[in-house]
Amino acid sequence: MTECIQLAGGKVHDPANGIDGDIRDLYLEQGRIVETPSSKPRKIDVSGMVVMPGGVDIHCHIAGPKVNLARKLQPEDHRRDPHPGTEHTRSGAGGTVPSTFATGYRYATLGYTTAMEAAVPPIGARHVIEEFHDTPVIDKGFYVLLGNNIFLQQLIKAGRKEEFRHAVAWWINATKAYTAKLVNPGGDEPWKGKKNSNVKNIDEKSDAIEVSPRQVIESFIETVNDLGLPHPPHIHCNNLGHSGNFETTLETMKTAGDKRVHLAHIQFHSYAGEPGKNPKSASRQIAEYVNEHPNITCDVGQVMFGKSTIMTADAPLAYMLRGFKKAKWVNADTECESGCGIVPFSYQEHVYVHALQWAIGLELFLLSKDPWRIVLSTDHPNGGSFMSYPKLIRLLMDREFRREEIKRVNQKAINGTILNELDREYTLNEIAIITRAGPARALNLKNKGHLGPGADADITIYDEMDDKEAMFNAPRYVVKSGEVIIEDHEFRQDYYGKFLHTEPGYDESIVSEVRPFFENYYSIEFANYAVNDSYLHDHEVIPTV
Amino acid sequence: MAIFLKQIATPDVPMEADNITPARFAGQTPAGVEKLAVMHGSEPRRIGDFFSVSGQFDGTINVEGDHLGRVKLIGAGMSRGVIQVDGDVGEHLGAAMSGGEIRVNGNATDWVGPEMSGGRIEIHGNAGHMVGSAYRGAAMGMTGGEIIIHGNARNEAGNAMRNGVIAIGGNSGDFTGVNMLSGSIFVLGELGIRTGAGMKRGSIVSMKEATLLPTFSYSCTYRPGYMTLYLLHLSQIFAVAEEYLEGSYKRYCGDSVELNRGEVLLYAG
Repeated sequence: MTECIQLAGGKVHDPANGIDGDIRDLYLEQGRIVETPSSKPRKIDVSGMVVMPGGVDIHCHIAGPKVNLARKLQPEDHRRDPHPGTEHTRSGAGGTVPSTFATGYRYATLGYTTAMEAAVPPIGARHVIEEFHDTPVIDKGFYVLLGNNIFLQQLIKAGRKEEFRHAVAWWINATKAYTAKLVNPGGDEPWKGKKNSNVKNIDEKSDAIEVSPRQVIESFIETVNDLGLPHPPHIHCNNLGHSGNFETTLETMKTAGDKRVHLAHIQFHSYAGEPGKNPKSASRQIAEYVNEHPNITCDVGQVMFGKSTIMTADAPLAYMLRGFKKAKWVNADTECESGCGIVPFSYQEHVYVHALQWAIGLELFLLSKDPWRIVLSTDHPNGGSFMSYPKLIRLLMDREFRREEIKRVNQKAINGTILNELDREYTLNEIAIITRAGPARALNLKNKGHLGPGADADITIYDEMDDKEAMFNAPRYVVKSGEVIIEDHEFRQDYYGKFLHTEPGYDESIVSEVRPFFENYYSIEFANYAVNDSYLHDHEVIPTV
Repeated sequence: MAIFLKQIATPDVPMEADNITPARFAGQTPAGVEKLAVMHGSEPRRIGDFFSVSGQFDGTINVEGDHLGRVKLIGAGMSRGVIQVDGDVGEHLGAAMSGGEIRVNGNATDWVGPEMSGGRIEIHGNAGHMVGSAYRGAAMGMTGGEIIIHGNARNEAGNAMRNGVIAIGGNSGDFTGVNMLSGSIFVLGELGIRTGAGMKRGSIVSMKEATLLPTFSYSCTYRPGYMTLYLLHLSQIFAVAEEYLEGSYKRYCGDSVELNRGEVLLYAG
């Protein structure tokens, strides 16, 4: 039985409950926050420290076949960054794509207690869940890639809405996913059929599938909202990284009407300029649209300078990026449901495009009017490692630091943005929103991202410092489900968090439609495809809404 | 007087002794050196558990023993001073070193001087695979310095090397200079197969005939001016026949699947 704990005298930042830096005591019992403890609690004095809910990463790539391929592709990245074990924790390797154990522990050392793997082909679900079993401390779930699924596209083409709905629900259940992810919807299949082929705008019907990206996006937004999945469709729009793509992004958002939708790493989709030429910033147009439409949530996908690893289900994008560096890369086909590309990359201050991407990300943060709907992310490890979150927080909270950093990057890029004119500084409460309360709300995780009675006792306690990077880099205490995992900056015990998934209802008869498609076109047996329930231990089913 | 490390216990499993460097020994008494950490498998131990330490540090370390083949990473990352090893030494000798000198009276095994950037390693016996090479996944091997092997070296000597010299008195194995970016490799004996596969720039010299990949093409036979200078330097280290100094060399350029700016020079008499 977990002990009863009193966190005494901390400055609590719990924006979901309207608490902004008030001095309060918190009581934890049985893994939850309670109003009054049933027995005498162990008292931990946290006076003078900042108390926040545990961080929630809404979009990262931390487990599965593509992540593992990226690990195998870069032994040099691991060798330079060993992650030693401690008395309580296991060892691992770091770099931009850390090993499973290092991923869990490193998230914990930043005060993050929940992370969502953002792109898993259904056929990789089993692999992901197995890696999750070896990813300590954090609670985790994943989004399943359905946007380039041939079977589903055929249903859309035939206008069979009811069957489509059941099929999506079947796939969510079969893979134990959290929601549907669309990556370059409709773009992978033409790419697989013909070299360098991709869809250029969302109304283009490719020869390969005869369904436009807009039809795919519409169908998923409608269906996922109908099914009441806790998180709306998580969309990586078409044309990622191409100049002038902001119009595609706006069109995608318009397609949603007033239905819930989440736009992933929106920074990569906020470029003006002519296709094929240098991009320009379109952050104002994008931020304005997001500000005016409360149905939309997004994460930024900030670029941070230094080494990163591009990993995406957007295979044509990886092909384009591999041309810049001419070093090792991976491109892969994932049967009838997705593609994959991996390119080791590094963002450099002096490069126009990289500096512009960095600036656009910051502009989006600073122009956003509702912190509840914009989430801090670097699309780990695409824009940079999650280990750079503390620096990003400092860039947002400290105007002077931001000015100094702006001076160090390509000035031609900065001159094309309004970053120098933006004086906004995020407050601690706003940071608590964009890293915790906001993503928890966007994910409909009712027990996370806040510190009210009944919430999961996932809590991070920081020493208050002027240097916000140092502050967020090293929380003094991290509590996960009521267990003190990190105390005085050191691991005091190991802990295995829960696996989060959802189970929408569907009509079993859809299986008889999916099965023949499998038997004709897949390399594995239908019976071996769905992840069976033996994988579900230490899990939590998040109810549909 | 130098400091002496005499092996008194044989490690059951390979041990990692990256603390055996002049920089770590500087200012230490023998008792202080004995306390320095080594890893014995996954177990942290001390140098004193495996070596008796005597003498006084003056910039030179003498390591002696019959089972040094189980001691890895001697001189790793060193930047100055001298390490003299008497016996057969273990893997990763002088890994990523930037200066100083390592001399081995005996054989070395795999990974001699990987990714070194400066300094000198001299092996009086044979060496294993991957001399002066890049670690797996890395883009660049040795970027400077000099590695002298009196005997033979095995496969992939100079893998992805970016600069510096590797001189091998005997034969070298397969894939000598694979993925080489620049720098020079001299092999007085025979080359194995697939020499210079994927090389972009750089020179590989051999005094014997060799079978080259079809992606290497013959360009000319000539007397490279620098050859005399290099070989004169090498002749102070090991025996180099007089005729090599003044001889002609057949030049092959390659690898044409890459930049085609590299060269393999074979002695033509």
